[in-house]
Formats: sequence, C-alpha cells, structure tokens
Amino acid sequence: MTTAQTPAPAAADAPSRRPSEIAIEALIWLAGASTIVIVALIFYFLLREGINTFLDIPLRQLFGRRWYPIEDQFGLLPLLAGTVIVTLGAVIIAVPLGVIAAIYLGEIAPPWLREILKPLIEILAGIPSIVLGFLGWVALAPVVQRLGAPTGLTGFTGSLLLAYMALPTIISIAEDALYAVPKEYRDGSLAIGATQWQTIWRVVLPAARSGLVIAVMLGIGRVIGETMAVLMVTGNAANVPSLGLATFFSPVRTMTATIAAEMGEVAQGSLHYNVLFGIGLILFVITFLVNWLATRLVGVNSMRRKRGGGL
Amino acid sequence: MQAKLSIQNIYYTYPDGSEALRNITFDVQPNEVFVLFGPARSGKTTLLRLLNRLTDLIEGDTIRGVITFNGVNIAERTVDVYSLRRRISMVFAVPTPLPGSIYSNLTYGLRMAGVRDKTLLDARVHQSLEQAGLWDEVKDRLNSSAMALSGGQKQRLCLARSLALEPEVILLDNPTSGLDPISTSVVEETLRVLRERYTIIMVPHSVQQAARVADRAGFMLDGELVEVADGEQMFLHPQDQRTEDYITGRFG
Ligand SMILES: Nc1ncnc2c1ncn2[C@@H]1O[C@H](COP(=O)(O)OP(=O)(O)OP(=O)(O)O)[C@@H](O)[C@H]1O
Ligand SMILES: [Mg+2]
Repeated sequence: MTTAQTPAPAAADAPSRRPSEIAIEALIWLAGASTIVIVALIFYFLLREGINTFLDIPLRQLFGRRWYPIEDQFGLLPLLAGTVIVTLGAVIIAVPLGVIAAIYLGEIAPPWLREILKPLIEILAGIPSIVLGFLGWVALAPVVQRLGAPTGLTGFTGSLLLAYMALPTIISIAEDALYAVPKEYRDGSLAIGATQWQTIWRVVLPAARSGLVIAVMLGIGRVIGETMAVLMVTGNAANVPSLGLATFFSPVRTMTATIAAEMGEVAQGSLHYNVLFGIGLILFVITFLVNWLATRLVGVNSMRRKRGGGL
Repeated sequence: MQAKLSIQNIYYTYPDGSEALRNITFDVQPNEVFVLFGPARSGKTTLLRLLNRLTDLIEGDTIRGVITFNGVNIAERTVDVYSLRRRISMVFAVPTPLPGSIYSNLTYGLRMAGVRDKTLLDARVHQSLEQAGLWDEVKDRLNSSAMALSGGQKQRLCLARSLALEPEVILLDNPTSGLDPISTSVVEETLRVLRERYTIIMVPHSVQQAARVADRAGFMLDGELVEVADGEQMFLHPQDQRTEDYITGRFG
C-alpha cells in the first residue's frame, strides 16, 4: 500500500514507477478503504436509528419475556431465545454431518464419485433460501409434525432447514482444508502401520484443524444471517419455550425474522422502528463476536501446534 | 541363510497404465545395507512402497510376481498389513513430522498398535532417539513441537519414529535429501550402527553416498534392475555397460 512506503526509496523509485502502476495501487487502496467505510457507515446508521432502544426502554423490560409491540412491550428475550435455539440446533446438526461428509469426499470416496458429488454440493449452495423455505414448509414441516410436535412449524424445523443450507459451505470448505494437508503426512502415518481411520483421526484432522474451524464458522455465519426460510418454517411465535427436549419442538421466532416481518408495518421514527434497528445492532455485534471467536480459535490452534499439542 | 526379503519377478503398473517396474528379482539378506540406486523415475520409490504394501492404497494398479518376507508371501490373505508395516517400516525423502510433540511423534506407531504402557513407551522413545543419534539434541524438549526441529533433526526424528517400533526392515527413501554434509554424515554413521540390528534398504542421495554405505547394491534403470552386486564390486568393477556409464557420470 502507498502509505506503507518509506519516503526516501519511493523518491528514488519514482522514475521507474509507471503511472498505470500508481493507478492500480490507488484502485486497490480505494477498494480496501471503501469496504471499511461501508461497514463503518452501516454501523453508524444502525446506531443512529437503534440507539433509542437502549436509552428509552428500561433494561429490565428489554430483557423481559414479553414481545408485544402494540402494547409497547419490547422484551427481546423470546427473539434472542429463538435465534439461539434455531442456530444452535442447526450447528449441532450441520457441523458433524458436514465434517463427516467432507472426510468421506476427501479421504474415502473413489475419485469418480467425488467428481459427481462435488459439483452437486456446489449446486445445493446456490439454491435461493426462499425456495428452500418453501420446500421446508410443504415437505419438512409435515414430517416434523408426524414426529410428535404439536405443529410442524417449530424451531427444530428451522434448524433442519438451516443445517441444510449451511452444509454445502461447511462441506466444501472443510474438504479444501483436508485437501491442503500434505500427502506426506498420510504416508508418514500409514508407513508405520497406522490404519486409514487412525490416520484420518490422529493426523489429517488435527493438521486441518484451523481450516475446519473456518468452515464451521462460515457455516454458522450463513445460519445466523438467514431470514426468509426461518420466517417461513419456525412458526413465528415470539415465545420463550420451556427448557428440555420440547425447547426445540416449539414454535419460535428469530431476530432476523422479526425484523423482516415487522419492518414493513412499522411507522418510521416510532419506538418500535427504533427497536427493530436495535435488534439489527445486536445481530451486528453477534456477527463480530463470532468472527472474533473464529480468529481466536484459529490463532490458538496454530499456536498450540507450534507448542506441540495435537496428535 | 534365509533371505530377509525375496523379490521375485515383480512387475508393477500404475492405474494410468505406466509400467513402473519390470521383472525385478533380487534377495535382501538380514543385517545388510542394500542400496537401490539409479536415475530419476527409474522406479526406486515404487519398489520400496511395494515392499510394505503402501501400494495397497492405489486403486486400479496391477502387481505381478511375489515378494516374500522371512519366507512368507506378503500378499497372503493371512498377513496383517498393519503389522507388516510395523515390521517393514518406511522413512520418506521429505521428512514429515506429524503435527504434535516430539514425544507423540515417536510413540505414534506404538500407540496406534495399541501399546499404552507408559514405561515401555518412554523406554522406546529413549532407545530410538539414541539409535537415530538425536537423543542429546532433544532430550530436554520432548514435549515441544516436532515442527520446530531443523531439517536434519526432522529426518532423524522420522527415522527414530520407525525405529521405535523395533522393525526388522527399514526402508529409507533418500533419507539425506536436503541435508547439509554434516547432517548427512551423521545419518550415514547412524546407518552403519543400525545395520547390526536391522536390515536396511536405502535409496541413496548420490552414487557417492551409495558407494559409502552399501553392503550390496542394485542398479535400476527404466523400471528394470540392471545389476546386483556387492558394494565394492558394483562401484569399482560394474559388469554392465549401463551401470558403468551411470556410475562414471556418462549418463543423461
Ligand atoms: N502415483 C503414480 N501414478 C502414476 N505413475 C507414477 C506414480 N508414481 C510414480 N509414477 C511413475 O512411475 C515411474 C517410477 O517412479 P518412481 O517414483 O518409483 O521413481 P524413482 O526412481 O523413485 O524416481 P526419483 O529418483 O525421482 O525419486 C515414473 O515414471 C513415475 O512417473
Ligand atoms: Mg523416488
């Protein structure tokens, strides 16, 4: 970047630096800077529109269980609970499945099968979420109801659907991570009598750990941000479900779904309007936390590898 | 004396149809250093991988011929390939410590074989590091990462990792590639000592190294074994013109 250059050599370089090069550098700098500016602007806008949420509503009410905007009751707990339940459920389903599928694709499946499966998975990633939501509504919900839930539109239905959406991301990134593990690691392990499973478990997975964490985090990112599909299949009830197995089988409503459902009907500038932005602000912070956690996990893992953990 | 390994009329073809080995026949005697040398792509690595059945992992290849180990056909259904690989273990050209500590690298093979006895593991770690000439350098940091070792140390760590299994045969594919002359001579010296307990088959880094370490040697060219002879005989009075050309450097 231009700013990183020390003045003296730059001056010495000057005759050899072509204008086109300077232009390209400037463009790259501009692109980089603009992403930062855009994120900052989004944050500023959310803050401006949403900050009243935290100033005007007593915290006790804000973290209460009652979400009745018509009565000016803005308890966020049901929405937070809905988001946590749906996301957690999706992660619990998608992460093991995704990693196992990646192991199968990368380590076990014969090459011809891999050539068929990989593009199929990439196609799955491209299906619009509204289409999946519709499929979930007509196909998945009746199945869930037959499992014994009072209604088919539950947090669990949302989790299943979201897991399905996160899977392609998790599988293809996890598979890349496994692929990046040098063949020599596998050889080194097999050559002294380890089985293929031992090699995968003790050598390949630990070596690919940081990539796997990234795969999982990106999968979670996809899940948290998802709106439409969840809106369609989770039953849309701003309740805090009772704890237990039933937690996953009750209708819930997530934060994103709430914004999508209510933004259209709300009077601009009203407290309700501000609260919806406040929810956006909270989601924004959650996204940052997930990213931060991901970087930390990746960082900690590579440090642990340097210290000699693993295996 | 029964040969440790007997390779009889081996042909090997990769799945892409390339014939990597043609009619290879030779014996390896117990406690000798047998050197397999020859130009690049002559099939040396392929042959080593066949000896401990690492080629099992390749689908669509074809093997003809017989390899016996202590008189037993290694392709026999009753032979457990994992214990075979513990008895004939292989060290590769590129040293590949596994992610983890020095200690966990050395005990890896044993642990995968189900050994849990800490005393035994500790004893084998010490013994194998001594044999590989690495003990003094790493004894104070067995729990630090194996990745932080130097190239020569990594190479000897991989050697020690095989030795910890107390194998009968050690296959070494160019174990001094990328090492400086001092580390190279440490490894070569190690081999001379190891010969007393193990049978060693090695692909050397150069003809000079082959001449230094070989009890016996086989010259490979284009997938064929041109000539097998005692080290001295091979490098001073080769019988085949092609061997002589290669040794004297008159080869492409
Ligand atoms: N996995 C593979 N698939 C197809 N062909 C292969 C494979 N591995 C090796 N070959 C081919 O088999 C032949 C012998 O290769 P090999 O690696 O055994 O030679 P080498 O003597 O060890 O060579 P080098 O001295 O370069 O290590 C070469 O023609 C090579 O291209
Ligand atoms: Mg080779």
